[in-house]
Amino acid sequence: MSKLCSMKDAISDSVNDGASIVIDGFTHLICFAAGHEIIRQEKRGLTAIRLTPDLVYDQLIEAGCVKKLVFSWAGNPGVGSLHALRRRSEASTPRETRIELEEYSHFGLLSRLLAGSAGLPFWPLKNYQGGDIAKVNDRIKSVTCPYTGEKIATVPALTPDVAIVHCQRADAEGNAQVWGLMGSQKEVAFAAKKVIVVAEQIVGNDVVRSDPNRTVVPGMLVSHVVHEPFGCHPSYVQGFYDRDNDFYVAWDDISKTTESYARYLDEWVYGVPDRAAYLKKMSALADKLRAKPRICEGVDYGY
Amino acid sequence: MATEAALPEGPTASERMAFRAAAELHDGDVTFVGIGLPNLACNLARATHAPRLFMIYESGAVGAIPDRLPVSIGDPALVTDSLQIVSQADIFQCFLQRGLIEVGFLGGAQIDRYGNLNTTTIGAYDNPKVRLPGSGGACEIAVHARRLLIIMRMSKRTFVEKCDFITSPGHVIDGKKRGDLGMPGGGPTRVITDLGVLDFGEGGEAVLSEVYAGVTVEQVKAACGWPLRVAAELREAASPDVGVVKLLREKLDPQRLYL
Repeated sequence: MSKLCSMKDAISDSVNDGASIVIDGFTHLICFAAGHEIIRQEKRGLTAIRLTPDLVYDQLIEAGCVKKLVFSWAGNPGVGSLHALRRRSEASTPRETRIELEEYSHFGLLSRLLAGSAGLPFWPLKNYQGGDIAKVNDRIKSVTCPYTGEKIATVPALTPDVAIVHCQRADAEGNAQVWGLMGSQKEVAFAAKKVIVVAEQIVGNDVVRSDPNRTVVPGMLVSHVVHEPFGCHPSYVQGFYDRDNDFYVAWDDISKTTESYARYLDEWVYGVPDRAAYLKKMSALADKLRAKPRICEGVDYGY
Repeated sequence: MATEAALPEGPTASERMAFRAAAELHDGDVTFVGIGLPNLACNLARATHAPRLFMIYESGAVGAIPDRLPVSIGDPALVTDSLQIVSQADIFQCFLQRGLIEVGFLGGAQIDRYGNLNTTTIGAYDNPKVRLPGSGGACEIAVHARRLLIIMRMSKRTFVEKCDFITSPGHVIDGKKRGDLGMPGGGPTRVITDLGVLDFGEGGEAVLSEVYAGVTVEQVKAACGWPLRVAAELREAASPDVGVVKLLREKLDPQRLYL
């Protein structure tokens, strides 16, 4: 059964006000197109979850969509701060305008997703023996190992309402194939109650079946499949287009004041109906970012 | 190395730090690479005395040999020609927690005398003056790496009596030793700064062990927020020669991303 639909329909069907959502990706495969659609649909009260909330999460915060952020590293990688987040979390801001923060380290938040993906109530990890992260987050607890007697930290399962996973290619049923950096795509997909797969390319089921080791998310988990070329810009997709590093640098100035931030959102988010229109606006840049081919030979699945 | 051509300017603080950090890396070391100067230090070591340095990035690249200086730890150049790409869960569980990482690199907004690091907040946690990015993988790297190298510029603002928040644990945390708390890694081995190098002696307290040529002990003490101990035999920290500086500027970081 085909689950193909527009981003507009995928978001309006799946993301309700007050939902907990993950738009996954670690530098690679961050679906800005989904974030922008959530902003356009004026979703409110969201709990936004990701190890590395970066620019698109900052945009969700600036646009007023986010009530709470669950994260482990919030910055503009290699550049600096997330300014909307800082404006809504620092002492210079009135408390009533701040968003709620629930904070882990990468390993801790990954462990929450691992528990969610495996159907377990919690996950153990050797971490947080000293330092302040566990002191300010009472969800981090510990167990005594029944075999060794060792005290081990635990975190509870995380099961987001919706996970949005971008991939290189998927079939119409949502069997999604990913290569390059995989972030926590598999963990969020198995942990979430609902999964939207967004693909650069829609391929036939036979293409998926020709290389089954490449499938990270099985279609059985997926409710919507969106075909969205360049859906990750300014993030990147291995084999399709490079990261727009210049944009990440320029973003620091764009996001510094609420005025320039609003101008950006007006032009590039509210000012376009969808990603296709966004792509049309940046077509020259898209040509520049397009990846040079580096084909791998493939493997023999015969028996 | 080549010394014939004079440089327009001598080595900068960043170049000295990258060079000094690279000297800490041995050929074959399994190294957890961070972005910024650690990245440059690793690529310098790989281009000079440690060609088989084994670089792992928290993004999932294992045995990476990037052909351009990665702008982020998730750069696509880390994937191309890597030995293995794994999920982030695998990186933290199977490589780091499993004990396979020899060297980790960290920095921070604040450090105390025991090598505790703060990358979370300046001021009170629930009402911060500055909200910093947070831990990322830093906390677990500090817990598990067998050797931890810290790269930071020295000032009274950053080398503090007490961190506002301890994100990544050093040798002594709230009066308790890391070994007694059950942390498997060795903790900080060196702090490489723009003025000199700090080691950690008995009791886990930082000791000034090296200064760069032209830097006085008084200068270093003046840039430190606690009464800094000084080693009985203070050494001069090696500075990069012309060949290394050229390599850094012309080949490894021509866009001056980190230098």
